[in-house]
Amino acid sequence: MAWTRFGKKKDMPGGLWIKCESCGAMLFRKEFEQKHRICGTCGYHFTLPGRERVALTADAGTFEEMWKELQPVDRLGFNDRVPYAEKLKQTQAKTSETEAMIAGTCTVKGIPCALGVMNFSFLGGSMGMVVGEKVARSAELAVEKGLPLVLFACSGGARMHEGAISLMQMAKTCGALSRLNRVGGFSISVMTHPTTGGVTASFASVCDILLAEPGALIGFAGPRVIATTIKKELPKGFQRAEFLLEKGQIDRIVPRASMRDEMARLLAYATGRDPVAAFKPQPQPAAELEVAVAAEPAADKKKAKKGKKDA
Amino acid sequence: MTEASAKPAATDGLAFERPLLELEQKIQELRKLASGTHLELAGEIQGLEDRLRRQAAEVYAQLSAWERVNVARHAARPLTQDYIEQMLDDFVELQGDRVFGEDRAIVTGLATMAGVRFLLVGHRKGKTLKDKLACNFGCAHPEGYRKALQKMRLAAKMKLPIVTFINTPGAYPGIGAEERGQAAAIATNILEMFNLPVPILCIVIGEGGSGGALGIGVGDRVGMLENSYYSVITPEGCAAILWKSGDKAPDAAEALKLTSKDLLRLGLVDKVIEEPLGGAHRDPKGAIERVKAQILEWLHDLGKLTPDQLVEQRFEKFRRMGVPVGG
Ligand SMILES: [Zn+2]
Repeated sequence: MAWTRFGKKKDMPGGLWIKCESCGAMLFRKEFEQKHRICGTCGYHFTLPGRERVALTADAGTFEEMWKELQPVDRLGFNDRVPYAEKLKQTQAKTSETEAMIAGTCTVKGIPCALGVMNFSFLGGSMGMVVGEKVARSAELAVEKGLPLVLFACSGGARMHEGAISLMQMAKTCGALSRLNRVGGFSISVMTHPTTGGVTASFASVCDILLAEPGALIGFAGPRVIATTIKKELPKGFQRAEFLLEKGQIDRIVPRASMRDEMARLLAYATGRDPVAAFKPQPQPAAELEVAVAAEPAADKKKAKKGKKDA
Repeated sequence: MTEASAKPAATDGLAFERPLLELEQKIQELRKLASGTHLELAGEIQGLEDRLRRQAAEVYAQLSAWERVNVARHAARPLTQDYIEQMLDDFVELQGDRVFGEDRAIVTGLATMAGVRFLLVGHRKGKTLKDKLACNFGCAHPEGYRKALQKMRLAAKMKLPIVTFINTPGAYPGIGAEERGQAAAIATNILEMFNLPVPILCIVIGEGGSGGALGIGVGDRVGMLENSYYSVITPEGCAAILWKSGDKAPDAAEALKLTSKDLLRLGLVDKVIEEPLGGAHRDPKGAIERVKAQILEWLHDLGKLTPDQLVEQRFEKFRRMGVPVGG
C-alpha cells in the first residue's frame, strides 16, 4: 500500500532527450511533451503530471480549483530520516503543489463536472488526509450541485507518514461515494500509471465507470511484494491495464489522446446530452496551456491504437 | 499493507516476557510440589503470585509499540475461532462467496450469544500448521471479502446486527488475488458497509493489517483490544521502505503510532478494551469475557437507533477522521 514503491522513479530529467521507460527509445523532449508524454515509438504512456492532466481534460479556462489551501496535520510527529513536516515543505517547494490531489470544477466539451486529479510527483501521489478530504468534498460537491464526478487516480497507495489516519481515508472516500450513489449521482474513475494500494482499494475501484490508460500498472499489492510472497516470477503483463480488462476488472482502456472525447461521451450519457456531439472537435483557446489538447482526434486515435498494441 | 510475507522479527519482541514466564514456572513447580507432598507452600505461592501480578503490571504498562505488535501476534493469543467456541451459545457457519470459492481466511456465520443473535464475520488464522496454511495465516483473498459482504447483506435482510473480528497481517498479495480484484473487493466492502441498515461492531483482536482489516472494519463502534495494533502497513513493510531495513521494524512500529491507545487518541477507534493483566494470551478466557461484555453493551446501545441514524452516524464518524487545516 505504500507509495514509495514508485517513489524512486525519476521525474523527467531536464535534458533535451529522454529515454522511454518501456522501449528504451530516445525521445525528443519537446515533442514528447507535446504528445502528452506518450512514447512516439511504442506508445507507452508515461505518468502525466497533475496540472497537465487537468489541462488535457478540462475545457481551457474552465477549471476552477478548490480547496487548494488544505494542508495535512502531522498528528503522528512522524520522523523516519526527515521529519514529515519537513518533507512536506520540501515537496511543496519542489512541486509548487500543496498536495497530491488537484480538485475543482470544470467543463469537458461543455459538460460541467467535478474533477479530481492525483499528482504523482507529490510524494508518490500518496493518499493522506488531504487527498481523502478532497475526494470526499468533490463527491459532496457533486451531490450538492448535481454534477458528475471524474477522478484520475495515480498513486503508490496510502501515505505511511500519516499512519492509520491515511488508512481511514479509504473509508472516508468510499463513504462519500456511497452518498453520491444514494442520490443517483454518477462517477468515473480513470486509473493511470501507477495506481496501487490504498487508492486502488478505495475510491478508484468503486466508481460507476472504471477506465484505465494503456499499460498502466494497477493493483492492490505492489509487484515486488507479490513476487516475494509467492517466490515466483510474475507473468508478463501482470497488473497492467490490459490484464485487468481481460480479467473483467475494468470497463474500458482509453488511450490518453482520446481520453477527453471518451470522457465527454460518457458524461453526455450520464447527463442526458448527445454522446455523438462529444466527438465533434472543439476549438481550444490554448491560453494558459503550453501543452494544447489534441486538435486532431482522429490522427491521435490511430497513434494511440498502435501504442496499445505495442505496449 | 500487504507485507503478509514479512519474515519473523529480527529483534525478539517478546524478550520482556521472560521474567514473567520464569515466575509462572516457579509458581507451577511449587504447586506441583505442594500437591505431591504435604508441604505447606500456600504462603510462598501467594507471594510469588503477587510478585507476578506486580511485575506483569509494570512490564505491560511500559511496552514499546513493537513489543505490543508481538503480543498481538502471540501464538497463545485467542483467535476468532476461540471466541466462536467460547463466547457463543450457537454458531451456524455459512460458507462461500457464491461466485468463485470458499476462503478459509474469513469465517462468517449466524451467532447467538446470551440470547442476542447476530452475524459474525472474522479473520481466521488457524491453530495447527495445516489450519494456518488453509487460512493463509489470516490473509484473505477477494473471495473472503466477497463472502463477508454477501453474508453481511443477508444479515441486513434478516435485520441482524453484524459483529466483525479483525485479525490479519493484511490481505493476501498474490496472482490469483490480483486477477480476481483484491483491491475492488476491499473497496466494495468498505463502500457497502456504509449502506448496511443494521448495527455494525468491529473489534480488532490482534493484528489490524491495513486494507485487509478495513475490508471488514467499517463499524458504528470500532474497538481494539489493548494489545492489538491497527496500521496502514506492517512495521516490517514500513521499515523496509522508509528505513531500507527490516531490522528497523521497532522504529517503524513506534513511528506509525499503531497501538490501541494511539488509535483512540487519534479518534480512529471508539474504545480500547482492556486485556487481563499480562495480555490476552495469559488469560484467554478473561479476554473473551471482556469482549463479550463489550459486544453486548454496544449492541444494546445501538439497538436504540433507527437504520437511518445508524447509517448517518457511521458515515459522519469516518468523515471526521483526518481533518486537514486551511479551509
Ligand atoms: Zn517507448
